[in-house]
Amino acid sequence: MELRRKDLLGIADLSAEEIQVILETASSLKEISSRTIKKVPTLRGRTVVTLFYEPSTRTRLSFEIAAKRLSADTVNLTVSASSATKGEILADTAHNLEAMQPDLLVIRHQASGAPHFLAKKLKCGVINAGDGLHEHPTQALLDMLTVQEAKGRLAGLKIAIIGDIAHSRVARSNIHGFTKMGAEVVVAGPATMLPPYLDTLGARVVHSLDEAVKDVDVIMMLRLQLERMGQMYLSTLREYAVQFGLALRHLELAKEDAIIMHPGPLNRGVEISPEVADGPRSVILEQVTNGVAVRMAVLLLLIGGEKG
Amino acid sequence: MSLLITGGLVVDPAQGLEEIRDVLIEDGKISGLEPPGTIPPAGRQVFDAQGLALVPGLIDMHVHLREPGEEYKETIESGTAAAARGGFTGVACMPNTKPVNDNASVTRFILDQAAKFGRARVWPVGAISQGSSGARLSEYGELKAAGCVAVSDDGQPVMNALLMRRALEYAKTFDLLVISHAEDLNLRGEGVMHEGRVSVRLGLAGMPAAAEEIMIYRDIRLARLTGARLHIAHVSTAGAVAIIREAKMSEIGITAEATPHHFALTENAVEGYDTNAKVNPPLRSEWDRQAVIEGLADGTIDAIACDHAPHSVLEKDVEFADAAFGLIGLETSLGLSLRLVHDGVLSLGQLIAKMSTHPAKILRLPGGRLTPGARADVTIIDLDREWTVDVSQFASKSRNCPFQGWNLKGKAVVTIVGGEITK
Repeated sequence: MELRRKDLLGIADLSAEEIQVILETASSLKEISSRTIKKVPTLRGRTVVTLFYEPSTRTRLSFEIAAKRLSADTVNLTVSASSATKGEILADTAHNLEAMQPDLLVIRHQASGAPHFLAKKLKCGVINAGDGLHEHPTQALLDMLTVQEAKGRLAGLKIAIIGDIAHSRVARSNIHGFTKMGAEVVVAGPATMLPPYLDTLGARVVHSLDEAVKDVDVIMMLRLQLERMGQMYLSTLREYAVQFGLALRHLELAKEDAIIMHPGPLNRGVEISPEVADGPRSVILEQVTNGVAVRMAVLLLLIGGEKG
Repeated sequence: MSLLITGGLVVDPAQGLEEIRDVLIEDGKISGLEPPGTIPPAGRQVFDAQGLALVPGLIDMHVHLREPGEEYKETIESGTAAAARGGFTGVACMPNTKPVNDNASVTRFILDQAAKFGRARVWPVGAISQGSSGARLSEYGELKAAGCVAVSDDGQPVMNALLMRRALEYAKTFDLLVISHAEDLNLRGEGVMHEGRVSVRLGLAGMPAAAEEIMIYRDIRLARLTGARLHIAHVSTAGAVAIIREAKMSEIGITAEATPHHFALTENAVEGYDTNAKVNPPLRSEWDRQAVIEGLADGTIDAIACDHAPHSVLEKDVEFADAAFGLIGLETSLGLSLRLVHDGVLSLGQLIAKMSTHPAKILRLPGGRLTPGARADVTIIDLDREWTVDVSQFASKSRNCPFQGWNLKGKAVVTIVGGEITK
């Protein structure tokens, strides 16, 4: 099985069939991570380079572990210790890396479109690990896998995504993904954080948390980016937590078996209360486990395994 | 408690009503609005309103009550007493108190004081930004939950367009109205009166009409961008009226108000350096005054709101440049506004709409109508009563009024709030 594409740049480019292939592959690879010897030789001898211009805990570790479990060689470029600090531009960094013949480049960058920029220039495959405000495709894939596991399907489900949608690549990728797979997406947040024309992406927009979570199957909370406080999007953290923070009482408005998701990292007590984050309906840690499986699947499907 | 008011001309624009009716008030509500003589007076307090007009309680949506912090100028008690004298059953009070009403505790204080000492209903307006300093949004959710009906930084404009955009968006989230005090502070500079013929002769720095018009235009565009509700405070220039008129052709959710002093006076009132004529926005040219009247006549301006701004002698009895901006207005507003009816600019029904029906609608208040079941906030007006303005007799603590000695025709004779007579 393979995806007939060189790169994974965003969910917007994927068809529902391709998404299905990735999710099924991820499902089948998942059990490797529960073995004692968590390795298969499928990508032995392949080289995967991770290039993270923004901080990351989950995504970076997850890609590295995924690659290693498939026996690929992984190399990480710590950007702050690289010649980027001497002013070397992104394109040069990438060309230089490519001259060392990697099979795949995984990139996270603060500029929306940076992976597209590289994908055009490089012969090796490029995987978007998060670009600016634009997309975070592997996050959406692991989110879809998590929902599919909990609910047995994606089509016909109601998904609520709450928070700073304007600045969230996770939100964008998830809106694309869930709507492609036939689910209904409703988004909510203070209007200062909801970009205009969201409905053109296929999401329904409401302005209160209570309204958004009514009868939904999935509640996905986004991190409030505290670094935004200075830019007039908010009044106070306290008010944000009161108005848009997920608390136990909101779970009663959703379906009885609704699951709670969050891409991490959490601001406990701001967008999500500790009781909810650590409660029985939370699948936040399952998301992380699924992240490894999904990234294994993406690496495998893009490289295609031992050819010949 | 049962009060029967007989023989009054009931004018209720919300119902399209202008007829002689008997009005029955029971338990603080309008319980009957019937043809004259059909309600038995037995056991009821009866008030004969023959020859008088009976209207939904007047509401002034732009008042400064000065409490907390400047109680020497006015208090919630004295300000609402002035309101009741003027025929008002309710006022919306602006947040530029000390401390600024940018949080729930100040809002609750104002409402507590109003409950204890108020002679009219008080609806607080919260601040757009913390401290009204134009840098950070205040907590609109908290303000609304505490009882604010709108947000405004009145006294100040919001100079930063990005903050104004965010304020409109954030207010929309909580379904709060944003009231804009529109002026560009940089353009206005050191101005103390309208920039025009009089300022050049008196040698006083001027506030150009453009300073107001530019901000009104900006805020209207931002309201369109964000889809939020916007109300323009104290419109004073011909250009401003034209901008709002045009915007209303395609926008919903834009409303505007004008003060009586802006349709009764011009820059000429400043002659002699009378600080009682120093106000922001300033008294403008005759051309502007006529445009405001025209705006009231054709519906561009939805409401009359007096911007009651009490100041003591400390702030007013000084050189013109140093005097504070502001005039009191609650006790002259109705008399001045009735001149528009006597002059044929507005019908009585249209006037009452601007002083009651529309303010209630704009602020989404219960009130502004006399339908059975509605709260009994009623103003009874003697349309023919001739009186002379004597500021020394005012209920307001302050005396900064430019209408001393004016002969006006028409006065509120009874003000009823929730079925209780407050004047």
